[in-house]
Amino acid sequence: MKKTVMMLLALTLTFALAACGQNNNNGNAGSSGNAASSGNASESPSAPASESPAAELTGSLLATGSSALQPLVDQVSKKFMETNKGVSIQVQAGGSGTGLTQVSEGQSDIGNSDVFAEEKLDADKAAELVDHQVAVVGMAAVVNPEVTVEDLTQQQLVDIFTGKVTNWKDVGGADQKIQIVNRPASSGTRATFEKYALGQKSEDLQGSIQEDSSGTVRKLVGETPGAIGYLALSYLDDTVKTLKYEGVEATVDNIANGTYPVWAYEHMYTKGEPSEIEKAFLDYMLSDEVQNGDVVELGYIPASKMQIKRDVDGNITQ
Amino acid sequence: MTQPLERQKAKPHLAEEWVGKVYTLLCIAFLILTIFSIVYFVASKGLSTFFVNGVNAIDLLTGLKWAPDGEPALFGALPFIFGSFSTSLLAAAIAAPLGFCAAVFMVEIAPGFGRRYLQPVIELLAGIPSVVYGFVGLSVIVPFFRDVFPGQGVGIGAGALVLSIMILPTITTIATDALGALPKGLKEGSYALGATRWQTIYRIVLPTTLPALLTGVVLGIARAFGEALAVQMVIGNAPHIPRSLFESASTLTSAITLSMGNTAMNTVANNALWSLAMILMIMTFIFVFIVRWLERRSKL
Repeated sequence: MKKTVMMLLALTLTFALAACGQNNNNGNAGSSGNAASSGNASESPSAPASESPAAELTGSLLATGSSALQPLVDQVSKKFMETNKGVSIQVQAGGSGTGLTQVSEGQSDIGNSDVFAEEKLDADKAAELVDHQVAVVGMAAVVNPEVTVEDLTQQQLVDIFTGKVTNWKDVGGADQKIQIVNRPASSGTRATFEKYALGQKSEDLQGSIQEDSSGTVRKLVGETPGAIGYLALSYLDDTVKTLKYEGVEATVDNIANGTYPVWAYEHMYTKGEPSEIEKAFLDYMLSDEVQNGDVVELGYIPASKMQIKRDVDGNITQ
Repeated sequence: MTQPLERQKAKPHLAEEWVGKVYTLLCIAFLILTIFSIVYFVASKGLSTFFVNGVNAIDLLTGLKWAPDGEPALFGALPFIFGSFSTSLLAAAIAAPLGFCAAVFMVEIAPGFGRRYLQPVIELLAGIPSVVYGFVGLSVIVPFFRDVFPGQGVGIGAGALVLSIMILPTITTIATDALGALPKGLKEGSYALGATRWQTIYRIVLPTTLPALLTGVVLGIARAFGEALAVQMVIGNAPHIPRSLFESASTLTSAITLSMGNTAMNTVANNALWSLAMILMIMTFIFVFIVRWLERRSKL
């Protein structure tokens, strides 16, 4: 009797685990801001797209990298999986640097990045990757809602992030210590902010806090008095206050016409030309439905809306 | 006439013995091979920072600035070493008295209740994943520290508190086992001489089991030293030596998890991270040696 009960329990458990495994693959990907995810990405086996004889696509994709791009890829991947039942897509964060390294070494299929590959990888490795610019994301400096400052110039931002200014009263706010919440060096959000808002790299100062995802940065900035950080526009909400940069507000129109300079292309890199399933997913990302729907809804800007273009060296063309 | 019969009976057992020996030998060989491969890999990558990339070992161990991407690239790991040691030692300082007292309560004062209810609860604490501890730390402990103590909330204080809860089960379980293994004659002799229960506990029981209790503490420190995720979420991660318990700091493990994804194999930044991993591994060996030495002392 006891033996049969144990056997039944064991069988039920096995079936439940098998069902769970399937669900996890399809639905619940991309936990935002998981530091272990970069370790996960290298452990999880990603089966390359299988060529199926039928019209329906089957296979699995692993997209890793930028946490600024993650909400968009996550939402679009869910919609893609609804219409293509045989496909399972996993989206993980880890930073643009991680995404580029992993797609270059073959550990993931698609590398999400806020920066051009040439900026992070060696020239020969970057040359192997094919760039797909799926959206444009703006970045803005954010502060704790209780800070009274509304606008910061480039010089003021540089002074804050290099440690010359440590109190809000020196830039027009209350007498409160400035608490910097930074991202680690691999972050594309940090690289974009440093390149276009500060104009220089900033060091990790004594007493600054580093968090590995934009989600955690938003949480800390919202809770810590006197905190300043930087986030992609897709992460902004009521828990943090967005600052203007040089008097220009961070809106979609200001980015599109070029008056607000702190933005970056969102790249999805593949190693070489994309395979069939990757191409299907990327085409779906660039389709009108996604570009005018999810991209705008989540706070990004469709690449087609930009009135200017910018290349890796920062040259602007109309 | 009997001899050939006996020899026939012995043969199947000889084969069995031989198969068993070979199988267990293979298992142990596999285990030793794995351990040596890991040690060799970490050591070769960690040492290549010094021999291939030309970084000075003394600079790594005592330097104060960590900037692998800077110009010039600096590799001072002292802030991380300081952070690791201070969080582990502080965590042990918090958890050791709690663990001892819990063990004493479970074994001496309320053995029935302790064994049925308290021990499963302590083991439950051991089973909670470390990311849960980190998340609870970030959501509950950091805001609490920020409001109550002057400072940022994150830092060595928060890290040590989270780690102390994580190593409490280790210390308590080992202390409980040690206290339970005492010969009953010791306590009975003490009572016969007229000592009260409390006098017996702190004059006879605790001093006798001290080496075993220290073993538990050292194992707890070793676990705290190696904890990565929970610590990274609450410690702030600034690569500097903090000036207070509530200022952003960094440990060896959090430095590795934060930067590992960024670097590519065979670059100097990557090798420097492997050197940090090698330091962690060497510290683990030292902890194991200390534990063995303590165990030998307790047997005497």
